[in-house]
Amino acid sequence: MTVQRPAVDYIERTRTQYEHLGYPPYQWVTSDSTPPFVPLSKALSDSRVGLIASGGIYRHGQVAFHYKDDISYREIACDTPMSELRISHFAYDTTDARRDPNVVFPLQTLRDLARVSRIRELGPNAYTFMGGIYSARKVKSILAPALATRLQKDEIDVAILVPV
Amino acid sequence: MASALSITAAVNPPRAVFVDFPLGHTSGKANDKPLQRHLMIDTLSALDSIQQPGEIRHLPYQWSEDDSWKDRVMRPESKRKSASTNHQDDRLARTDEPQYQSQADRRAAEQVLASGGCRSCVFLEAG
Repeated sequence: MTVQRPAVDYIERTRTQYEHLGYPPYQWVTSDSTPPFVPLSKALSDSRVGLIASGGIYRHGQVAFHYKDDISYREIACDTPMSELRISHFAYDTTDARRDPNVVFPLQTLRDLARVSRIRELGPNAYTFMGGIYSARKVKSILAPALATRLQKDEIDVAILVPV
Repeated sequence: MASALSITAAVNPPRAVFVDFPLGHTSGKANDKPLQRHLMIDTLSALDSIQQPGEIRHLPYQWSEDDSWKDRVMRPESKRKSASTNHQDDRLARTDEPQYQSQADRRAAEQVLASGGCRSCVFLEAG
């Protein structure tokens, strides 16, 4: 019989874990204001789609991410063979992602959808970084604006973000 | 696309889809191309059809029939039955050493660095 349980509350479980370890509570990013919202200006079949993922994906030959508030990012050319992608991340089980990077970085999935014109195309590059950055300030003031600038330069119409 | 519902709701992005899978599988199961494709088609449809800023659309996929994986997430007591007063922080110390998936990756990157640097690696100055 199928049983559906409520979503895991990661904020609550992190609080419990930190309490057990005697740490002060983690300060999650919260936003109470209405988020900025721009309706799509054209059909997806006419759109150039961007991809950004935080699962610690890099390409063979690139410098891997480190685990101490790494705010660097990698350009991954969108024609990169999936077999050249690698994963390092401390905060999730990377076993499946290493077997098939599409589970955290759906590059082949999007390439296949471009081939059948569900989207027009991907941009020249996807962008990846290492989630688990403790400084929300650095993400907000340095990394996020740098990535937004890259998407604008690539003339991306809509972007898919895949956090882990 | 997100699999941590409470964190996503707290961040409050313009639009999101919620995929109720264990972390590390937000865009599908390994080597299951039909599922990966359906998830992405649903995500693109949500991009197109969400009108309400901040809506998190729940996609109708379930990881397994009994959802028992949810019991084991971040619950050290389920790993160790011993008294919970004995918790140790078993996470690794974090350093700024690159964490390569393999030694071959390390050698390849060092070669690239030695011959002019990694132009597709973008290191940003901490402010």
